[in-house]
Amino acid sequence: MFSTEQTCWFVRKVICWRAAASTAWAVLLLGPITAALVILGRFSLFHPIQTISECLSLLTSASAVFSLILLCGVILMIGFLNLEYYTVIPTIACSKIALLGQLLHPRQLVNSAVHCVMGIVVAWCCAITIGGRYETLGYTCPQSDGDSSSQMCLNEYHLILLLAGAFVGLSYSLLGVIHNMNYISFHTVQQYKYLRFKGALPLVVKCSATQALYSIRNFIVVYFFLGYIPKAWFCKTLNLYLNSSVHPLDSIAGLLDLSLVYHLWISASFLLFTWHITLVLFRIFVTELYSFPVQSSFTEDAHQCLAKVLNEKQPMILKFLALQDLALLSQHSPSRRCQVFSLSQPGGHPHNWNAISKECLSMLTDLTQRLVAYHDTVATNGRAKSLSTGSERKTSSETSVTSGTEDLMSPRPTLLMKTPASVFARSVVGTPRTPLTAPFTPDLDSPFASPALRRLTAPVEQCSPWFGTVQSPHVMRRGPKLWSTSTDSQVNGSPQSSPASVPSPKQEPSKPSLLAQFLQNRKEQVKNFLAKRVLIMYLFNKLPEASSQALFADSQAHIWALEGLSYLVQASFSEDQFGVVQTALPSILSCMLVLQEAVDRHFKLPHASSKPVRSTGSMGDSTHKTLRFALRATLKTAIYRITTTFGDHLNAIQMSAEHRKRLQQFLEYKE
Amino acid sequence: MCSLALFPPPLPSGQTTLCESNNELLSGTTTEDQLKQVWSSPLSLYFPRESLKLHSRTESSSKAAFLDHSETLWMRSAATSEHTLLEGSGCILALLQKVSSFHGSLFPHLTLSSEDMIAEFSQVLNWSDCVVRAFAWHPHTDKFAVALLDDSIKIYNPKSATTPTLKHRLQRSVAAVQWKPLCASALAVACQNCLLVWHVDPCSLSTRPSSGCAQVLSHPGHSPVTSIAWSPSGSLLVSASPMDTAMMVWDVASESCVPLQRVGGGGVSFLSWSPDGSHVLASTPSALFRVWETRMWTCERWPCVKGRCQSGCWSPDGSRLLFTVQGEMVIYALTFTDTPGVGLCGGPQAAAVVADLSETTFNTPDGDIIVGGEIQSLAWDSTGERLAVLLKGDPHAADRPAIIAVFKTRTSPIFELLPCGFVQGERGAEPRLMQFHPSFQHGALLTVCWSSGRITHVPFYFLSAGVPHCGLSGSPSLPRPQTVPADFANQSLFTELMS
Repeated sequence: MFSTEQTCWFVRKVICWRAAASTAWAVLLLGPITAALVILGRFSLFHPIQTISECLSLLTSASAVFSLILLCGVILMIGFLNLEYYTVIPTIACSKIALLGQLLHPRQLVNSAVHCVMGIVVAWCCAITIGGRYETLGYTCPQSDGDSSSQMCLNEYHLILLLAGAFVGLSYSLLGVIHNMNYISFHTVQQYKYLRFKGALPLVVKCSATQALYSIRNFIVVYFFLGYIPKAWFCKTLNLYLNSSVHPLDSIAGLLDLSLVYHLWISASFLLFTWHITLVLFRIFVTELYSFPVQSSFTEDAHQCLAKVLNEKQPMILKFLALQDLALLSQHSPSRRCQVFSLSQPGGHPHNWNAISKECLSMLTDLTQRLVAYHDTVATNGRAKSLSTGSERKTSSETSVTSGTEDLMSPRPTLLMKTPASVFARSVVGTPRTPLTAPFTPDLDSPFASPALRRLTAPVEQCSPWFGTVQSPHVMRRGPKLWSTSTDSQVNGSPQSSPASVPSPKQEPSKPSLLAQFLQNRKEQVKNFLAKRVLIMYLFNKLPEASSQALFADSQAHIWALEGLSYLVQASFSEDQFGVVQTALPSILSCMLVLQEAVDRHFKLPHASSKPVRSTGSMGDSTHKTLRFALRATLKTAIYRITTTFGDHLNAIQMSAEHRKRLQQFLEYKE
Repeated sequence: MCSLALFPPPLPSGQTTLCESNNELLSGTTTEDQLKQVWSSPLSLYFPRESLKLHSRTESSSKAAFLDHSETLWMRSAATSEHTLLEGSGCILALLQKVSSFHGSLFPHLTLSSEDMIAEFSQVLNWSDCVVRAFAWHPHTDKFAVALLDDSIKIYNPKSATTPTLKHRLQRSVAAVQWKPLCASALAVACQNCLLVWHVDPCSLSTRPSSGCAQVLSHPGHSPVTSIAWSPSGSLLVSASPMDTAMMVWDVASESCVPLQRVGGGGVSFLSWSPDGSHVLASTPSALFRVWETRMWTCERWPCVKGRCQSGCWSPDGSRLLFTVQGEMVIYALTFTDTPGVGLCGGPQAAAVVADLSETTFNTPDGDIIVGGEIQSLAWDSTGERLAVLLKGDPHAADRPAIIAVFKTRTSPIFELLPCGFVQGERGAEPRLMQFHPSFQHGALLTVCWSSGRITHVPFYFLSAGVPHCGLSGSPSLPRPQTVPADFANQSLFTELMS
């Protein structure tokens, strides 16, 4: 796929070590957390001294050491999963069905299964440490038929704890997909790792406790209704008996046991806390600033230089860290800026500056094209044509399809094409990465492509739809229009169109094609039928903000590019001795102004400027939801930074009249 | 180091300071005609107290009678069920709150009401009684925002006919306003319960921007907000509350914040970001202040001997911090040598006293006037040549008025302080709040808000040392030929050579 020797040095040398360090810290923290669990789990209000002595003896026992080793294994596994599944570009599902597709993706299923098993292991360790009635799965009980001999009975307390662990592990994994837990965001405020961890700790505790509470609530409901199934299965496979003298737990009275609920909650909190700690440490370590050399004196290190690294497409984390470094060096470090502005020794070319500015500008241009193309496909009523996916694919791949033949199409493909982030269509088409067949909506969330593949190929896949569209706008324009009327009637006007769809005998002779009429009516009926099914509409309707979010999913990179460029240009006013920046100034300004126009137009669309609901009680990072606002603010600030620095000198720059007018607005502080 | 005795005596009552020209403060008698002439300039404003107060009372009382009610029945019932579920954790939180409020006994300011707390820590003299509660020049253009006693904010721009009035449900007890640098429209407002960021389109003709133009930034436990500061690059906003030991660093566009928590101090009362963006001064309600370095956000602690750090200001290059301590009548200076990478190790070891403002008696035709005492706030103009000091005075004694003392300063090659003079207003008016215009072309422009509700501007005409001199004439504008400056004007109050 890509040359491992060239690009993976960063992953091998930096990312893996960072992940290992973060996991090591998580393992080290496991000791104190487990001690806290022991104390909280065995605490008894009336015998505090006894509790402490019990806890101390337990912590030194062999079983505790064994469970601690098991827990270490779990943490290592979680750390490995974090490394394997992380992404710097969030995957945003544009509809419910796409989200469902993500959840049912084989890779995600593996993830869920592993988390489930890990949950059981952690719960088993919790059962050992809490002890008492939870300790073993079976116990000897007198036989029910009055016989004196005893038999092994199922300890339901142990079972419910294990099942709770599995449930919480599963819900952790599923909620991870819904809340984009694997997305790693970069902070605007740089802090040392220890301070960042200290700052994140209260949030982690709060999130773990609340999420554990909700998970246990859900689990209790599930167990109440379905608890008999695992109980019976365990009895059957392990040859255990149910003790009829003990009250069953899947009843209201059994589940109202407060001590049981408390222990479930404590163990679920413990589980989530250790996992969240691992995740938080991983995020902190991976997003730590990495300082790339601007210029290398040795040729073998040349591939590690900032200019080279910026131009790499894969892996994304490398590009992001390089851009972050660029933004910070342009802001804080005069000596490194000086290297950027320097000329090459033989030849006198500003290679560093050229490479950096070229890459930043191409990224910004790419975003502009993406925005323009998106804007062109969106109808004036602001709702992305839900058919654009299907129709675009159709018009570009099978050009023979015209409006005439469209009537003859069977209802089933129509339905498929209606899916905005069409899971089925993708799976049918099979090759999701070719520009012709890629869906028009910029969703990176093909549920049947592996996330790793997606992570690595994200830029290619993202850009791919726009290659075709920019070259041939006619095809793209025509696509949505073919279908616009039928979509509207289908979504909005179903009550109106249903009487019309009833075949009227009077009109029949006047129509030339009976068959076409019949098919048309059938199609309408099926459409109306489907439109009325709430579930289908629920699944297939586009989430309002999602397409806008998906469009700006990787905008953190653009934000850094804007910051880096504008700070460098600002510094060049006094620091650039050779005038290397001056030559690029017109292109930088026009690129920013064009982007500004495109962003302004995008924000005029409905839903684009609506603020997302802020989720506070979740570990998932919601930064990606507000990236478009951050980009808009950064863009404006970047232009102002250049205009305030250069002032009236900008009038000497060659520009189109339109751009000059726009720039004048900035010079007068009227934007 | 010398005292206020080197200053020229204050003006006799009835005279007001008009401007500085040729190294001398010019004054004039305020007759009604002149008043009209002076106040008729577009940026001089007058807010009579009566016109505001009545208005605000009725409005706020009628608003307080209704509860905000935007949730549906279902949401509310869901919220209640969540409440019952979270009761357990709520108890724990309450317990934590009890523990944390233990330090309330250590920090007496925590028992104040939020209005009193804002008044205590505000840079405005006698904030609760002040008609103009906050004032902010736009950093790049001739535009300013004025927060008034009735919780409205007005924006004045001489180039535009409209003066937008900003009102918001949450905009109560405005303690500070500040414009975002490198932006034309964003205005941050520190309110009683939250932080508002208004986006006022400068081209818009609307006089009442809707509350949809305001972003509400709030964080539990972070209220009242008494001080805010934008980073000079316009990317971040920091906010401080005396109730919260954490200082918030906001990414305004994404409405997310990073709390920077440090133990000790009991809160953060005043913030000031250095003009070069490298440091932030954060003073606490106790005898301690911190200087944050903004690259990795680490801080150094500066314990004071007597009281809390009341006010502070940075030199334009960010290398020197002047601050005052409550209960002391001197101005201290800290010098930061900019050594990238070393961090704070290169910081100073101790603060130096640069000016002594202890009480001095002047003989004026109207009798003796005592000037000096504690300092309410400091302001340093963007060229680094004028330093204005607002002295508290004593509100109960007629001969100890609050007054603004202006120093001439020089930052390079060595730091020097020279006396300039006192800025006084019309009879009976006390200065309450002052700010320098950030980008005045001909020197420095000090804007003063008076207790009478007037806002006046005092220009200081001089040629900045940083700007090449085009001629030998002392001032760009010469109202009338001046005599040679008096001898005290050249006597230096402080130079680094002395210390």
